[in-house]
Amino acid sequence: MAVATNTSSLDAKIKKAKEDLDAHLRETIAWHFSPDTGCPFWLDKAKELKINPIKDVQSYEDLRIFGHFEDEWLRGGPLNKWIPRGLEGKPTYVFETGGTTGIPKSRIAFDDFRTDYELFSHTLPEKYFPKGSNWLMLGPSGPRRLRLAVEHLCQYRGGICFCVDLDPRWVIKLIKKGWHEHLEAYKDHVIDQAITILGAGHDIRCMFTTPKLLESLALRLQQAGSSIGKVGITGIFSGGTEFTPQWNRFAHEELLDGAYMTPTYGNTLMGLAASGPSTPENNYKITYYAPQPRAVIQVVDFDDYNKPVEYGQTGRVKLTTLTKEFFVPNFMERDEGEREQPYDKYPWDGVSGVRPFHVLAATTTVGVY
Amino acid sequence: MLHLPLVRWGKPYESLDKTQIVHFETGEPIATVSQGIGGIVRQDLLKAKRARSVLRDISTDELLKRVKRAGELYATATLPMGDGTQTPDEFVRQQSASTGMPENMCRGNMEKNRFVLVEMENILTALTRGLDLRVLGRGYGEERGVPVSYQAQTPVVGAVLPSNSPGVHTLWLPIIPMQIGIVLKPGSSEPWTPYRVVSAFLEAGIPGEAMSLYPGPHEVGDAVLNGCKRSMVFGGQETINKYKHNPAVQPHGPGFSKIFLGDDVVDRWEDYLDVIQESVCKNGGRSCINTSSVWVSRHGREIADALAQRMAKIEVRRTTDPKAELAAFTTPRMADAVNQMIDVDAQSSDCEDVTARYRSTPRLVKQERCDYLLPTVFFCKSPDAPAANKEYMFPFVSVVECPQKDMIHRAGPTLVCTAITDDASFKLDLLEATNIDRLNIGPVPTSSLNWLQPHEGNIVEFLFRNRAYQTA
Repeated sequence: MAVATNTSSLDAKIKKAKEDLDAHLRETIAWHFSPDTGCPFWLDKAKELKINPIKDVQSYEDLRIFGHFEDEWLRGGPLNKWIPRGLEGKPTYVFETGGTTGIPKSRIAFDDFRTDYELFSHTLPEKYFPKGSNWLMLGPSGPRRLRLAVEHLCQYRGGICFCVDLDPRWVIKLIKKGWHEHLEAYKDHVIDQAITILGAGHDIRCMFTTPKLLESLALRLQQAGSSIGKVGITGIFSGGTEFTPQWNRFAHEELLDGAYMTPTYGNTLMGLAASGPSTPENNYKITYYAPQPRAVIQVVDFDDYNKPVEYGQTGRVKLTTLTKEFFVPNFMERDEGEREQPYDKYPWDGVSGVRPFHVLAATTTVGVY
Repeated sequence: MLHLPLVRWGKPYESLDKTQIVHFETGEPIATVSQGIGGIVRQDLLKAKRARSVLRDISTDELLKRVKRAGELYATATLPMGDGTQTPDEFVRQQSASTGMPENMCRGNMEKNRFVLVEMENILTALTRGLDLRVLGRGYGEERGVPVSYQAQTPVVGAVLPSNSPGVHTLWLPIIPMQIGIVLKPGSSEPWTPYRVVSAFLEAGIPGEAMSLYPGPHEVGDAVLNGCKRSMVFGGQETINKYKHNPAVQPHGPGFSKIFLGDDVVDRWEDYLDVIQESVCKNGGRSCINTSSVWVSRHGREIADALAQRMAKIEVRRTTDPKAELAAFTTPRMADAVNQMIDVDAQSSDCEDVTARYRSTPRLVKQERCDYLLPTVFFCKSPDAPAANKEYMFPFVSVVECPQKDMIHRAGPTLVCTAITDDASFKLDLLEATNIDRLNIGPVPTSSLNWLQPHEGNIVEFLFRNRAYQTA
């Protein structure tokens, strides 16, 4: 009976989540396609496609009329084409992705990164991420959303964020040139700074870092007879396709020394997808759930990107971003994974086993920092 | 089903990531193999010094005894294998099933490994030129009244091992008796030899803390090569080029091994067809020591024709057939790609696929889950012909016409050169040729190695530095 009640309760939550998504979608569409509030890019695109999104798009499924978002549209200027008229005059950020060679992809932002990370903040357990504690941001800096977002997350929780410079474009160049010694030297340079800050009496207890850097930091500390736990770190969030169940297990068993770590999935276009529980009990399985309704993750058929795969089946990850600042429908991520069932905390689809999309995997440099 | 875990300094570790090894013909699963990650290798290498330390706690004489015992166990005993056991016959069947090598060749390679393990004392004596082996462990000593000191350059040696060539494992077997640990990344479809050797070592009393096995993807291989101060890697020409200037890595790849017939013997070429054929075809033509070209100043067409007639008789047989001479290509589309490359070369007016005249079927034999390439003999008018210096993973040979005076420098890098000649001047030039690694004078098959000789550099010199040591 209890199971039946729970199932019925979950069904209701799923239904409500879908209704909320569609309502949020209609609101977002109305904003982006109204001449008073929308941005030039989407207003022009609607004319080019000869569609009236405000009328034609009533539910998430209707987004297919836009086709697939081409990330090439994000390369080059003028950047103003993406600024919604309704937000003109507000201080504008630009965040970049790619750009090791050629023109990087850019997106504009106002407050999205703050909102996304504030939402994410509520998923962090107080026990391991105590409010008021200081943070270390040990990840890519420069024109990246992550650097500001993590600092905001820390400030939102009442702490001060210490940062280390890390230029992933240079790291990718070192890898492509095969300059292994330089790569190691740069990594050591970054880790040296992290060790210095952690040992400088700043009472840092939380950290964002990448799997590679976490491992380097942990091994360096171990060589010195210390550990992540011993230097006072209690909570870490990390992410990337290298964050596999086996890596998570290895980190928990051999690197963290009691610190808590949670995986995340995201990029410059989307917010931050949090993970369901990843523990020894479920073999450290990692399942990500998008911050719906602001963003949606779907796992779709490799041959038909409009068709979701069945639960448990493998497909390509499709992202949709629905905020007043930025509208990105049907963006085909460079990742694949398995479609996962909704559950009580996240009553919408998730994705597990995220890894580079097999067709692109051979040409993609992953886990570079 | 059998499961092969990682072995982390002797301790099994079952990974959450596993791959399956399947029978190349039937697709039937043979074993699951835990997959490592780079981080685990890097973490374990923090304890690399311990590997040498535990080996130095055992005298060299005792280690050699245990290695000899391991050789016998490897060849004859039922040994622990992952979560099960493995008899020698099972080893042969499993290796053949996952690599496509005929069982008779798997047995041949097994015997080669046994021989090297059992004869380790003689091999090390030869490789060290008679050095008291205790010097390697103690670090110093006296030889013929002269103080000597040898300093190990690494506590462990990494080895990224191949998938398709079970014959190469002899190269890393001498490491343990030199009191240096091993960190192995087995090939994806040939984990059998490294696992069985390590199992035999353990059974013979070699401490587990000195040995690790990390099957896994490329990042695991990178972690091994980047983390060990001395490593071996097996791969193609690309791998050789990548590491050839890295003193910490000894790359092994294509050998471009050759036979030269001197002008003084070339008119009697029929006398050497057996040596040539064995050099080309032994071990399925898969080894770097197989001959890939025969260089002559005249009679090239006749030699190619005679070889083609012989080699065209070799046919695809089941791997269990004791007469099987060809190994299957188990990686999808690889044989198609190789076949296409050969066909491109055959279109050159300077080349001819002579075997095509004598084969009733195309070179490429496609089967449901694997492919074969039938032995192929090319005639090349000159060293400039596109097929003059090619090496493939099946019995392929080019007979190249070239004046004797140009042979050495036109031949390029050559792992094994068998020069059949009595011409004193030519022999002297061959001895001086730095592009030739192993030199055989006389009708010695290139595939016939004397294990008392160094191969692609002396491993003792790779692992130890001969340096000064003085005491007051």
